[in-house]
Amino acid sequence: MSNVLIVAEQGGGQIRKATLHAISAGRAVAARTGGALHVALLGKGVRPLADALAAYGAEVHVADAPALEHPLADAWAPVIAELAKACGAAYVGAAATAQGKDLLPRVAARLGAGMATEVLGFGGDGPAVTFRRPMWAGNVLAEVEIATPVKVFTVRATEFPAAEQGAGKGAVHEVAAQVPAGLRTRHVGFREVKSERPELTEARVVVSGGRGTKGDFKPVEALADVLGAAVGASRAAVDAGWVPNDWQVGQTGKVVAPDLYVAAGISGAIQHLAGMKGSKVIVAVNKDPDAPVFQIADYGLVADLFQALPALTEKVKASK
Amino acid sequence: MALKIVVTAKRVEDPESKIRVKPDGSGIVTDGVNYKINPFDEIAVEEALRLKERHGGEVVVASIGGERSQTEIRAALAMGADRGILVRHDGPLDPVVVSALLAKVVEQEKPDLVILGKQSIDDDQNQAGQYLAERLGWPQGTFASKTESLESEAEQKKEPGLVLSADGKALTVVREVDGGVETLELGLPAVVTTDLRLNKPRFASLPGIMKAKKKPLQELAAASLGVDLAPKVVVKRLAEPPARKGGVKVADVEELWKKLHDEAKVL
Repeated sequence: MSNVLIVAEQGGGQIRKATLHAISAGRAVAARTGGALHVALLGKGVRPLADALAAYGAEVHVADAPALEHPLADAWAPVIAELAKACGAAYVGAAATAQGKDLLPRVAARLGAGMATEVLGFGGDGPAVTFRRPMWAGNVLAEVEIATPVKVFTVRATEFPAAEQGAGKGAVHEVAAQVPAGLRTRHVGFREVKSERPELTEARVVVSGGRGTKGDFKPVEALADVLGAAVGASRAAVDAGWVPNDWQVGQTGKVVAPDLYVAAGISGAIQHLAGMKGSKVIVAVNKDPDAPVFQIADYGLVADLFQALPALTEKVKASK
Repeated sequence: MALKIVVTAKRVEDPESKIRVKPDGSGIVTDGVNYKINPFDEIAVEEALRLKERHGGEVVVASIGGERSQTEIRAALAMGADRGILVRHDGPLDPVVVSALLAKVVEQEKPDLVILGKQSIDDDQNQAGQYLAERLGWPQGTFASKTESLESEAEQKKEPGLVLSADGKALTVVREVDGGVETLELGLPAVVTTDLRLNKPRFASLPGIMKAKKKPLQELAAASLGVDLAPKVVVKRLAEPPARKGGVKVADVEELWKKLHDEAKVL
């Protein structure tokens, strides 16, 4: 019995959207192995969220304790590892968010397991599941096998559909969490960066600006807002201090794969292209007709972004 | 209050190199590819040097790989690190093996702090630091960043983003997480992994490069360290992602709108 355990992520009294995609991925693995799908929910005051999770047809194990208030990897990992053993999980997964990437390797180390990060899909035959994942910033796709009894993975949320409720309701099990004594990690604070816009890695549309904005992101943001899009940036724009760090799209920033990606005033360094070339449709607006970005753009417009973006923004508004 | 820091310097393909997969999918084409320190590790080295400049201590650079990884260790020594350790291993590496070997280096060196890049830009696994922390039973501060921009005054003054407490027993780490910035305090010894915006690494000076040639570089054979060297994450085959077809140029915003609305149907 190769059961699957997915680690849920919550915040602000809600299950995070990325978790629903990870549940889909977990269900796909469980279908291959013939195992059952389990979900781990940790935190403080999170018990009320467990029923909603169970409605996705998973067995939910909830560890609700003050000591688990913050997702500290060294506090959470032992709880999840014990849970994985208790529910006979041969696969332990989560979404490849900052939290998932921080936490899951530590869980893997406790379980003596190998791990695949940012999985895009599954391969292999029958119960012998292999993992498809990007390497070299998505310039290479690898198929990897994990040679340990327990296999740990994180999935890129945009590659799996969000799970839907209705396929039967799982049970909710309350777990008494054993948080290790003598923890040397203390949560000091969290400063929320508030945004009305969707998360860069979850958005259906992304509008990004680069050096060509000369530091003025207003036209980029205006187009993004009329499209309900996330705003991204090239490394040049981030390094110049024009926009926040976490807007950077690229090999060393965020890797995005939206339905539509608009690159404005971005020349298209390999580094940047690696972070966005999985997008379904790419639009490039650049004054330089020889900019490398035009080689991968589906639609290229040689124009000044300060004229083209406002004009496109008006077009979108007029069509609504 | 001197700090002893172990920092990693993995040899990876230059991010500006074009990566191509061999026709049989067994690996990448290495002809014409340049190599350098993993960019995230370079940030780790810079941070270690700033901490040493502030508090005193020693910076030890560790790399795991073939003989050529000496180049990356020397590059870090040229930036200002004190000495190097090359764990010689010519076979494939995965984070399970890397963290086991690094744990042996930590056992030998007994540092107050280990700083690693959050991921290496070849396999992009983003695991070794966390595995190492769990193996050692140490706290971890992953994706260390700083709140000020890289154009700020603090950065111009080359101040460390990691802040040591007055008693020297704890380290404050600012982390980039989804939707905000988290601050953690880690009791030392601890493991930190670096994100891109922690600092701007310095360039090695010519005197630095000259001095680096004389700095000690210890070599350890991976096979002698009592570690299981069989990778647990086995790459079966590599492929290039489907190439994007060259698109079309549109004349104006009007045509762009029509294409997006009528043809691609994304707007």
